[in-house]
Amino acid sequence: MDFTAKDLINYFKQVVEVMETEKDYLCELDRKLGDGDHGVTMSIGWQAVNKKLMNELENETDCGKISADVGMTFLNAVGSSVGPLYATGFIKGAKIIKGKSTLNDSDLAEFWIAFANGIKERGKAEVGDKTIVDTLDPAAKALEKSFAESQDFLSAFNEAVKAGEEGMKSTKDLISKLGRSSRLGERSKGAQDPGATSAYLMLSTFLKVAKAS
Amino acid sequence: MKKLINNPENVVEEMIDGYVKAHPSYVRRLAENDRSLVSSMETKVDKVGILIGGGSGHEPAFMGYVGAGMADGVAVGNIFASPPPAPILEVTKAINKGAGVLYLYGNYAGDVMNFGMAADLAEMEEIQVEMVLASDDVASAPKEEKDRRRGIAGEFFVYKTAGAAADFGYKLEEVARVARQTNENTRSMGVGLSPCSLPQTGEPSFELGENEMEVGLGHHGEPGIRKAQIESADKVADELLANIFGDMTLNKGDDVAVLVNGLGSTPRMELYIMFRRVEQVLKEKGINIYRSYVGDYITSLEMGGCSITLTKLDDELKKMIDHPVDCPMFVQK
Repeated sequence: MDFTAKDLINYFKQVVEVMETEKDYLCELDRKLGDGDHGVTMSIGWQAVNKKLMNELENETDCGKISADVGMTFLNAVGSSVGPLYATGFIKGAKIIKGKSTLNDSDLAEFWIAFANGIKERGKAEVGDKTIVDTLDPAAKALEKSFAESQDFLSAFNEAVKAGEEGMKSTKDLISKLGRSSRLGERSKGAQDPGATSAYLMLSTFLKVAKAS
Repeated sequence: MKKLINNPENVVEEMIDGYVKAHPSYVRRLAENDRSLVSSMETKVDKVGILIGGGSGHEPAFMGYVGAGMADGVAVGNIFASPPPAPILEVTKAINKGAGVLYLYGNYAGDVMNFGMAADLAEMEEIQVEMVLASDDVASAPKEEKDRRRGIAGEFFVYKTAGAAADFGYKLEEVARVARQTNENTRSMGVGLSPCSLPQTGEPSFELGENEMEVGLGHHGEPGIRKAQIESADKVADELLANIFGDMTLNKGDDVAVLVNGLGSTPRMELYIMFRRVEQVLKEKGINIYRSYVGDYITSLEMGGCSITLTKLDDELKKMIDHPVDCPMFVQK
């Protein structure tokens, strides 16, 4: 498939909308585990990205620059823990697609694998810690495996989203090991991790946009 | 919850705006980043720069502690969220006067990543940076996992002693040593009586029954060790102190600094009633109170409750604790 810089910008705009729609839901999840602001944080970050997209990136054709700028804009708007995590993901991804105005199947697969691995390294989290990594790591692994077999990004990313969804749901029964919620111990059980949830939203939105492009 | 605000999205900007305009002789905003504040009095040449920071909503922390004898600059984050690297880096550049900069912040995942990234960027600009993380909350992780503990009100003493050491002309590694020693000697534990609400959501940050308290509550409304029926001030103080004593070695004749910190909406009356009991218990144990601090030092918006902090003082730390401070939100003569 050919995924253009315009498609990438469109994707980020869709994420802006999804995060706005799911803002209250993400805050609600976070109230059970943290300080109840995850939806607010995502909204602040993605609204800043939206401004950047509209004011400076509208006609940008370098997919790498778009991804890196989105990461840095998000980071400087939110700080927090998701700021460095997403910024690292998008910058690691940007390195893969630097200078490219159109992304092929293998660019896209490599981009998302680099994105997920970057976040995992930055956050020093493992699967099972009840974090964003519980969505991203299985998704990246499924993507890698499925893409190696089929060389078809869409079908491979479909598998990635499924694995990510399962990973996200698995956080419900996990005891938190990292971040502010980790000190809840047993009491963190039963609540789905908000960071794992917003990460799933990012992946599932990409699948929708990629299918439509 | 009712709040005197304009647009919830602008609360941090408008707070900073009001703050720098109220205290122009103390603090100024850097032109490079509107979340970067530094002391209006230039940091002295060859003095270690003290940089503090964290999320908003903890006022007087953190920006209230920029001033003579404490911090040279502060990076201000969104509510309860670490500032990103950019404002931290700008403050670093502004307060580095050749002796390096010490970052002091609480042990939270977000702060660790953002301050860590800022330190990497500062090193690329040839600025020497050291970091000391506060981890005084005994309720946040067991003793064996002290590096997982978060920083709460005890951070105040870390700023206090590090600020003094920098003023005395200590070198960067020595100021960092004093800060680490202070954190090492400090234990805190809190109790929550009522939640706060974030301006953007208006929802309470946690739920507590009418007669319930949260023992071991965190500074962002993180649930504590257990929920329990509210007890008398003396009993609550005893429980918090028992946890603190169980975690540190204090002997008869030792000197401590005591901080009874309000979380935002707890009257001074209640804080002094709590302090009264702390004094009684310490006296019984033969532990001397060298200095006392009672009031709102690190809050969580309008949260109800308080925390108790004890810092064991050696001669060096006593000298640091005694050093005068002149900040907009804290003065010690």
